[in-house]
Amino acid sequence: MNQESEKLGWKRTDGTIVVSVCGTWNVRDGRPEVEGNLQRLLAEGGVVKKVILKDAGIGAWDSALPVFLREVIRFCETRGIEYDLSGLPLGVARLLQLAVLAPKVVLPPIVPHTFLEKVGLLTLFVTCRFHGALAFMGEVSVAFLRVFTGRGVFRGRDFLVLIEDCGARALPIVGLISFLVGLIMAFVGAVQLSMFGADIYVANLVGIAMVREMGAMMCAMVMAGRTGAAFAAQIGSMKVTEEIDALRTAGISPMEFLVLPRMVALSLMMPILCVFADLIGILGGMVVSLAMLDVTVVQYVHQTAEAIDVLSFMLGIIKSSVFGIIIAGSGCLRGMQCGDSSSAVGDAATSAVVTSITLIIVADAIFAVTFNVLKI
Amino acid sequence: MSEDAEVKIDVRGLTMAYDDFIVMHDVDFKVQQGDIFIIMGGSGCGKSTLLRHLVGLMAPKVGEIYYGKTKFDVTDVRLRNVILRRFGVLFQGGALWSSMTLAENVALPLELYTELSATEIDEIVRYKLALVGLAGAGTRYPAELSGGMRKRAGLARAMALDPDILFFDEPSAGLDPVSSRRLDELILELSASLKTTVVVVTHELASIFAIGNNGIFLDAESRTCVAQGSPEWMLNYCEHPNVQQFLSRGKQV
Ligand SMILES: Nc1ncnc2c1ncn2[C@@H]1O[C@H](COP(=O)(O)OP(=O)(O)OP(=O)(O)O)[C@@H](O)[C@H]1O
Ligand SMILES: [Mg+2]
Repeated sequence: MNQESEKLGWKRTDGTIVVSVCGTWNVRDGRPEVEGNLQRLLAEGGVVKKVILKDAGIGAWDSALPVFLREVIRFCETRGIEYDLSGLPLGVARLLQLAVLAPKVVLPPIVPHTFLEKVGLLTLFVTCRFHGALAFMGEVSVAFLRVFTGRGVFRGRDFLVLIEDCGARALPIVGLISFLVGLIMAFVGAVQLSMFGADIYVANLVGIAMVREMGAMMCAMVMAGRTGAAFAAQIGSMKVTEEIDALRTAGISPMEFLVLPRMVALSLMMPILCVFADLIGILGGMVVSLAMLDVTVVQYVHQTAEAIDVLSFMLGIIKSSVFGIIIAGSGCLRGMQCGDSSSAVGDAATSAVVTSITLIIVADAIFAVTFNVLKI
Repeated sequence: MSEDAEVKIDVRGLTMAYDDFIVMHDVDFKVQQGDIFIIMGGSGCGKSTLLRHLVGLMAPKVGEIYYGKTKFDVTDVRLRNVILRRFGVLFQGGALWSSMTLAENVALPLELYTELSATEIDEIVRYKLALVGLAGAGTRYPAELSGGMRKRAGLARAMALDPDILFFDEPSAGLDPVSSRRLDELILELSASLKTTVVVVTHELASIFAIGNNGIFLDAESRTCVAQGSPEWMLNYCEHPNVQQFLSRGKQV
């Protein structure tokens, strides 16, 4: 308050208010009170026609002064009071002029929505997303047919890079996760089964669980987080930088060029990863059994071989391939639906993971019911 | 510009919009073969949007776009690809494919649409990169280049197939004065010797007057096209205050 009184003098004489401005003006010093002071002077009664601003020894000034003046001007304009800035340094007047004269940008108006509108918009958004997903599936099928019949664009080099990325490069993490999952299952099983002296059945437990469920499932989880998100981010950022537009104007379908290779690569690599995960998981189970229980390697392997049949093994493989299509599909779909900003790329990646994990669980449930009905 | 020169692009009553937001309405113009056609207008008035319509990335809300005698229907994929194959487009940000080297970027359209052998393609790629002053940078990835270099590489890619019509969105933004002069000369040369039609969005007054022989001015206030003709004509005879202000750098009003 002290500072303010140094900088500003408010005086009223009949129909005019004189504001004398002096001292140094620095944005860091905070903002002087405008409305209150002017209101107070107005309230003294009578008509005020004019506000005059006077230079009473202004020192150094920065944006604080123009900001203050704009407030005064706004106050005067809303009440139809004249104002006179001619007594101020020329520089201030020029800056104010520039701010007034700069052309306004035309932007789409942002209207706040009522609750009902929000519900409506959300519904439209959801249906639009659903339509988008259907259209995407259609376009992928068309692209697949075109490439399959040799009319589409398919770059072998890109495809091999994708194969490497979805396959070989994923081995370490898939291996680690499935080893640990095998280990955990065997551990839990060993504690329970040894109470009944059924130690050796740990091999059945781990073997069947890995082969029918956990191998495919763990691969899918790892790949959804690793590769599905990467697909969404890659395609999404290509959208942001107009690379997708550049493909379109070059007459190249992004479906054939970007989406299809990713879907094919992942659905080819997933079964292989799944076999790998099965083996490593069983290995993990064996390590625990050897350490905790009274079984030998030969016994364990033999017991595992007895427990697993080709059919269960194939079921896991088929599932993993379907999961691969789901993961690559959701990744690419979310990438193609990505907005135009870098934060939209992050959203696309998140959304890809959420979508694929949800769909994987749903698909797995459908598989479980189907296999049960078919008694396999 | 004789009346019977071949009309390359004919835009009739075009209204452009993002959902409900109308960017421009009732835009009409014709571009003739060999023209260097400048799309002018203040920042944010819808120049890039107009370009996106011309290259089929957006569909008109109202109105039609004809290429020669054919109506450009964005939904007809086959027709679209036939028309697109004769285009070269340079995007505002370059839009190079980031997973490929510069040479691969330029080569991709050639690989897809021509029967040339790898060595022939390689030779063309080198030539195009040299034209834009990027000889020897073919093995670099876009991320390793400066903004101006990316822009020029995008230009090389746009010219890869020797297109009938070239679309440039702010080709000289981010280039130094010398490179932008060279670019102007290149555009003039393409139009003179190859009879390429060039549609350019630009703010650079120097290049507007140096290269443009036809153009339109999009006005942000009235949301439509307020002047059509060569830049000199607009400067000397068009009375519209916004056009005058734009072409004289806002000095006179
Ligand atoms: N994706 C979009 N969604 C909604 N509005 C958009 C979108 N893109 C652009 N706009 C709006 O359309 C208008 C025209 O944008 P455009 O990019 O065509 O401008 P421009 O003339 O190319 O400007 P500049 O010279 O700055 O590149 C702007 O007001 C912008 O806010
Ligand atoms: Mg633009």
